[in-house]
Amino acid sequence: MRAVLVILADLLRGDTQADRVVPPTGFTARLTLFAAAAMTFLAVFALALSLATGRLAHNWSTELARSATLRISTSQDQVAAQTAAALQVLQTTEGVASARALSEAEQQALLEPWFGPDVPIADLPVPQLIEIIETRKGYDAEGLRLRLAAEVPGAVLDDHTRWRRPLVRAASRIRAMGLLSLGLIGGIMAAMITLAAHSALAANAQVIAVLRLVGARDDFIARAFVRRFTLRAISGAILGLALGLGGILLLPSAQPEGGFLTGLGFQGWGWIWPFLLPLLAGAVAFWATRRAARRILRGLA
Amino acid sequence: MIELDNLAYSYGGGELLSEISLRLAPGSFHFLTGPSGAGKTTFLKLCYGALIPTAGRAMLFGQDVRELGRDDVALLRRRIGVVHQDCQFLDHLPLAENIALPLMVSGRDVAAEAQNLDDLIAWCGLSHRRNALPPELSGGERQRAALARAVIMSPEVILADEPTGNVDWEMSQRLLQLLVELNRMGKTVMIATHDLSLIRAAKSQVQTRVLRIANRRLQLAGADL
Repeated sequence: MRAVLVILADLLRGDTQADRVVPPTGFTARLTLFAAAAMTFLAVFALALSLATGRLAHNWSTELARSATLRISTSQDQVAAQTAAALQVLQTTEGVASARALSEAEQQALLEPWFGPDVPIADLPVPQLIEIIETRKGYDAEGLRLRLAAEVPGAVLDDHTRWRRPLVRAASRIRAMGLLSLGLIGGIMAAMITLAAHSALAANAQVIAVLRLVGARDDFIARAFVRRFTLRAISGAILGLALGLGGILLLPSAQPEGGFLTGLGFQGWGWIWPFLLPLLAGAVAFWATRRAARRILRGLA
Repeated sequence: MIELDNLAYSYGGGELLSEISLRLAPGSFHFLTGPSGAGKTTFLKLCYGALIPTAGRAMLFGQDVRELGRDDVALLRRRIGVVHQDCQFLDHLPLAENIALPLMVSGRDVAAEAQNLDDLIAWCGLSHRRNALPPELSGGERQRAALARAVIMSPEVILADEPTGNVDWEMSQRLLQLLVELNRMGKTVMIATHDLSLIRAAKSQVQTRVLRIANRRLQLAGADL
C-alpha cells in the first residue's frame, strides 16, 4: 500500500511537459471516466452492504449470545412463587451474571406491536418473562434446564441460539457476497481500463513511432499513458463516490423497528472505507494501464 | 562509429542485401544511391538499429545490434539523428516543441536549452513558423524541421533518407547546405538519395564518398559522378 502511495504521489507530481506528447483523446477519456465513476458508485453500495451486514452479524452473535429468556407459564396464582423460585435458581447458577423479571410495563411494550396499545395484559394469562444475562464464559444450558425442571416445573428456557444461528449465517453470507461484489467491481474496472488503454495505444501508434525514433524509452512512453489513465480513473472515482455517498445519505435512517434493511450505511470508522475507493481505483488503473502499455510497446519495432 | 561486417538482410522471401561491409569514419560524408527498391531505406534502418541483420554483424558505437535491448536502442537513437523520407511529427504539438522533442524524451531541461533551440530554428529558416502545427507546414518546411529535430541532441551521426524527396531544387540546395554545415562541424553524414545532381552539387563543397547499392551488394561508386 505504501509503495502504491509513493508511485501515485510521483504520478501526481509528474512531468506535465512529457504528458503533452500524447494527444488528448476523446472517447477513451470519457470511457475511463464513466467506468471509474459507475464502478465506484456500485462499490459504495457493495461496501455499505458488507459493512452493515458485518455489523449486524456481529451484534447478533455477541449481544444475543449473552442473553437468554426464561418463560414461566403456569396458573396465575403460581406465577409469583415460581418466578421467585426461578430467580433463586438462576442466582445460584454458575455463568449467569444477572437475572431479572420483566415488569408488567416492559412486557406490555414487547407485546404492543402484536396486540396494540389498549390490550389489558394484566387480565390475560401472559407468561412471566425473566431476562438472563450471561457472563463471558456462559452457563451450561442443559444443566440449568434439569434444575429448573425439578424446582420450577412451569419454566421454559429459551437461549436464542436456535433462531440466532441461521440469522448470523445469513448475515455472514450476505457480507461475503458484498465483498465478492467489490472484488468483481474492481476486476471489471481493471478490464475496462485495460481495453481503453489498448485502444488509446493503438490509436496513437504514430505518436509512439515518432517518440521511439527520437530516442524515447518505453518507460517514458508508458508513463505518459499511465499517468493520464490513472488521473482519469481517480477523478471518475471521486465523482462516483460523491454520487454513491449522496445515495447512501438519502436512504431512510435506521429505525429500531425497521430491521436491518434501513441500517444500510456507514458508521463511525466505517466512513473511512468509501474514501479509500478513489485511491483504489487509481491503483487499479495504474497497474492495468502499465501492464497494457508495456505489453504493447514490447511488441513494437 | 558504425561498422557493418559481411552483413545480410532478407525479408520473408528473398535476400535484399548481402555481403555488405562498411566502416563509417567520424566526420565522413557519404551518399547512398541506387535504384528505387534497391534497399537504401533498409540499409539506413540497419545503421540505426531499427532492423536487425539476418546475417553478419552490425556494430553501432562498439555495441552489437543483436545484443541491444529496447532501452539501449532508445539511448542509441539519441546519438544518431535520423531524417525519415516521410517525416512524421506529433501533429498536436507546435513545430518548436516537435523540434525539442528529443530533449524532452531524454529528460533534458528544455527551458535551459531555449537559446539553442531558437538558434537552430533560425538556422533552418523556420523562425516564422515556430508556432505552426506540423500539418500546416509545406513539404520543404517539414524536411527542414525533421533535420532540425534530428540534430538538436547534437548527435555524432546524421542519417537522412531522401531528405530532398519532396522539395524543389532551391529548397534541396538549402537542405544540402545545412547538412554540409553540420559535416564541417564534425558530424558524420550519410544521405540516401537517387538525385545525382544533388550529389554533384555536394561534391563541389565537401569531400564525399558515394556508395551504390546494386544487385544486393554495396559498391563504392566511381569518381565519374
